[in-house]
Amino acid sequence: MKRTLFALFLITTLLTALACERRGNATNGSGTGPIVVGYYGDLSGRTSSFGQSTKNGAEMAADEINKAGGIDGRTIQIIVEDDQGEPNKAATVVTKLINQDKVMAILGEVASSNSLAAAPKAQAAKVPMISPSSTNPAVTQVGDYIFRVCFIDPFQGEVMAKFAANNLKAKHAAILYDFNSDYSRGLFEFFKRSFTSLGGQIVLEKSYTQGDRDFSGQLTAIRSANPDVIYVPGYYGEVGVISNQTKQLGIKAPLLGGDGWDAPQLWQLGGASLNGNYISNHYSVDDPSPAIQKFVADYKARYNISPDALAALGYDSMKVLADAIKRAGSTENTKLRDAIAQTKDFPGVTGKISIDKDRNAVKPAVVLKLENSKFVYETTIAPEGSTPPATSSAPASGASTAGAPAPPAKAASPTN
Amino acid sequence: MPTFLKRILGLVVVVALLIGMNTFMGREGLFGFGLPYYYAEIINLTGISIILAVSLNLITGYTGQFSIGHAGFMAVGAYSSVFMTVYYSEGLEQSLTGLVGATLAQSLVFLGVIIFGALVAAIAGLVVGIPSLRLRGDYLAIVTLGFAEIIRIIILNIDRVGGATGFRGRVPPWDGRLIIPQYANFIWIGGFAVITIVVVYNIVNSDTGRALISIREDELAAEAMGINTTRHKVLAFVISSAFAGIAGALFGHFRQFLHTNDFQFIRSIEIIIMIVLGGMGSITGAVLGAIVITILPELLRKLPGDLYSYRLVIYSALLIVIMLTRPQGVMGAKEFGLSWLKRPQRRPEGDKPAGEKGVPIAQQPATAVIDQGKEQGKEHA
Amino acid sequence: MDTFVQQLINGLNVGAIYALIALGYTMVYGILRLINFAHGDVYMVGAFAGYFIALSLGLAAGPSIFSLALVLLGSMIIAAIVGMIIERFAYRPVRKYSRMTTLIMAIGVSLLIENLFVARIGAAPRAFPDFLGSQSQPPIHLFGNAAISKAQIIIFLVSIALMVLLQWVVFRTKVGTAMRAVSFNLNSAKLMGINTDAIISLTFAIGSSLAAAGGVLTAQYNPNIDPLMGILTGLKAFVAAVLGGIGNIPGAVLGGLLIGAAETFVVGYGSQIGIASTYRDAVAFAILILVLLLRPSGLLGSTVQEKV
Repeated sequence: MKRTLFALFLITTLLTALACERRGNATNGSGTGPIVVGYYGDLSGRTSSFGQSTKNGAEMAADEINKAGGIDGRTIQIIVEDDQGEPNKAATVVTKLINQDKVMAILGEVASSNSLAAAPKAQAAKVPMISPSSTNPAVTQVGDYIFRVCFIDPFQGEVMAKFAANNLKAKHAAILYDFNSDYSRGLFEFFKRSFTSLGGQIVLEKSYTQGDRDFSGQLTAIRSANPDVIYVPGYYGEVGVISNQTKQLGIKAPLLGGDGWDAPQLWQLGGASLNGNYISNHYSVDDPSPAIQKFVADYKARYNISPDALAALGYDSMKVLADAIKRAGSTENTKLRDAIAQTKDFPGVTGKISIDKDRNAVKPAVVLKLENSKFVYETTIAPEGSTPPATSSAPASGASTAGAPAPPAKAASPTN
Repeated sequence: MPTFLKRILGLVVVVALLIGMNTFMGREGLFGFGLPYYYAEIINLTGISIILAVSLNLITGYTGQFSIGHAGFMAVGAYSSVFMTVYYSEGLEQSLTGLVGATLAQSLVFLGVIIFGALVAAIAGLVVGIPSLRLRGDYLAIVTLGFAEIIRIIILNIDRVGGATGFRGRVPPWDGRLIIPQYANFIWIGGFAVITIVVVYNIVNSDTGRALISIREDELAAEAMGINTTRHKVLAFVISSAFAGIAGALFGHFRQFLHTNDFQFIRSIEIIIMIVLGGMGSITGAVLGAIVITILPELLRKLPGDLYSYRLVIYSALLIVIMLTRPQGVMGAKEFGLSWLKRPQRRPEGDKPAGEKGVPIAQQPATAVIDQGKEQGKEHA
Repeated sequence: MDTFVQQLINGLNVGAIYALIALGYTMVYGILRLINFAHGDVYMVGAFAGYFIALSLGLAAGPSIFSLALVLLGSMIIAAIVGMIIERFAYRPVRKYSRMTTLIMAIGVSLLIENLFVARIGAAPRAFPDFLGSQSQPPIHLFGNAAISKAQIIIFLVSIALMVLLQWVVFRTKVGTAMRAVSFNLNSAKLMGINTDAIISLTFAIGSSLAAAGGVLTAQYNPNIDPLMGILTGLKAFVAAVLGGIGNIPGAVLGGLLIGAAETFVVGYGSQIGIASTYRDAVAFAILILVLLLRPSGLLGSTVQEKV
């Protein structure tokens, strides 16, 4: 008995001795060798379709870059880790990526809650992290190594509120949001704020959970409240069905939404009921510009399905990172961080991306109308404080940065 | 050596080991060497899992009450303790710092919020336990699952602790600490793991423990023998929830981030798997199960590309295989080399007789119990 | 008033699906005293079986009762086979062990099915082809704003038909009598010469096929199917079975309809009394807790004395 314990003790000590490493500062990003990039996302849990889509986009981008010769001769190597959609695991895998795989930069995560859990690790280790699609303002506030290439909630919510009030002349709005999703709740909050400040009235707020199959209860109640528009800032899985059930119940008001609607399955789920609805987005998959069409065609050829908004953002996040590496001339972390921060007018498929002083992306939102299984361009809404540009999104940084993150004039963003 | 001297020695050794291990895992390391942060993190998470598994074992393994709601109590403990730390403890800590110095002040405050978390979790356990524990096995399982989900949905609705975004620190317009401080390190986690093991061990080997086991074996007979089964069941449930709360508090202050997605019922099921794997009537088994189940998913990450996406399939298949081949778990109902108290074994029919595949049952004098306990704590620290 | 009727229709629609799934739970529990955790996943398997059948046969969307019938039948058969396989290889070997072991085994099977589907076909939602034309055909107006869609009517009718069929099988056929005998007392039934293993397999087969029918029908109403859709629905169907009295077939139907209605009413009217629609899922669990506290045998069940 005592012998077994002693043997166990020896084994444990031996393992510990083998496992240990020297303490001291190891700088990531040596000058040569492959560029190791980490990607973390939900690949097997409830929201795995998002994690997989984003990963596809990023991987395709990396392959394209490698085929074109890499960056200064170095190839990009992506190490993928699955966090199963749990913030705790997100933090663990990012620690592993940084510590074990010695990644030079990290792409991730899709959901703000997972990004918030993992970003402090990246920040503490001084490894740049670019989130493709976390929209909660708090994510980039973690530190100066954390960036994003997507809108933040305040902006998108505001865009749709403006469109509803100014373009659609709506006075009463009802909201049906995904209560479990930070993204949906964020958009809901900011839409509400903006819409009411523009003189509108929110007649009813109802919620559902991602995975719900039936929305007739909420929709029937909404029908009784008789709104001019219904804001549904959720994901395509539920929105397609909601749209259908709305028409079934005879509701005439158009539905408004965000980029979470953007996925090829939306049309299969919602069919003709989607006609007449509007969304805010970074871009449109039906945009005839050659760059976007090439992206769509390549993605379709490689993965057998049309890209959704998340795939496009995953693609752009990798491209932005690569561009920054090229500009920095190295993968040394402080240089890389600065290069990412200086990204200006980068032509991504999701729009011209510029990173502002809060490390958020500045790009205009387009409002698209849904018609016959296509997203048709309706109008562009620019960040507050600047005149709506025709196509590009980068007015003088002073003017635009006042608008996109938390404009002090408006009480749009509380967490500052 | 007199017993109490042995106990003090054991305590000193454990504390020394914890401090040593903690430095080893920390920034400076021991003599310039340290454990990679990734491994250190896994070890800390394992420690928390040990607390969860051993406490669940008390109510499920020893008392036979199947509870799939453990993650709910962990959440209660986590959120309530972190809530305290972020919003109410700053002033207290500052005034204590003036009195006793920074480290001690921090430790006292932390201890305080942990106890608070444990209390709130215990109360939750009481509220859930009293109505539920009169139900039979399978119903109890679903009801505890239901309660855990309700708890989670309620927390999700409280914006002051983050709502759907998660909780990192103060939420304007309220004041408080900006970020949840990382109070929990290996000293705390390992220390509480040892405390949990010792407490549960002592309960199990007492009269109360025997009553619990008798309830597991045959509740009617126990009732007939005069044991107040409801009282005992509720007691075990409350204690087990309190420890889950402690685990939650440690978790919150280690991760510095809380989100209800970490407390879904898949978490509760993970803890069940731990004790099923290890053996439901055995503390050593619970510890073993906790270690294996926490480390296994990380090991499975090393699988090559294609197989990587099948990790969870392998995981579930493993559970099925264990149920088919050795449903009593690795340790069955035996402890590691210790059986001076003959435990009535819950043996399914057709199962192999005890002792055939397990550790040989050795007779140990009663005073050796403490050493065993401490050494068990050591191995798994 | 028309809103109330509308909510009622919505609720009963949701409830009909719960009822179909609850039947499987109640039958299996009646016979084996086992909560088949994997039953919710069989519902999911049924929906996907229907999806892949439609895909491979190239059945396009567009109103076609024939396509629906074909897909329904196909998925029911596949689910029945899956159910029997689960019973034979996962549940039967552990039947003689403790209740906890079988419960854990059920959890393991459930996890295995879910993870297998996610690993194999991905967790992205798919769109089930719409054979009832609900996307293009307007609803039938009843009065005021209340409307019922063609899809909803068909779902009701098919569910009721299946339940009546089940009633007939259980109460009017020899096999059904054998099933009831086994649920009364397994050993006595064995002594009477009934092949209990076969009856148990049959019970699983029937229960699974009903769940699959639920899956295909619900996919007509909501074409979004994904591998994780069975978890919560399965749990709620279990609550429905308990509400009606576990082991009691009409009880399962009643329980399902009641839970569906309760959920929908809470979601629709709850905000007026301070309950947000986010508590939808909590409704089923709250009902479960109340039932188990106040009337554990369920609405239509009978109390069983525990013999020492």
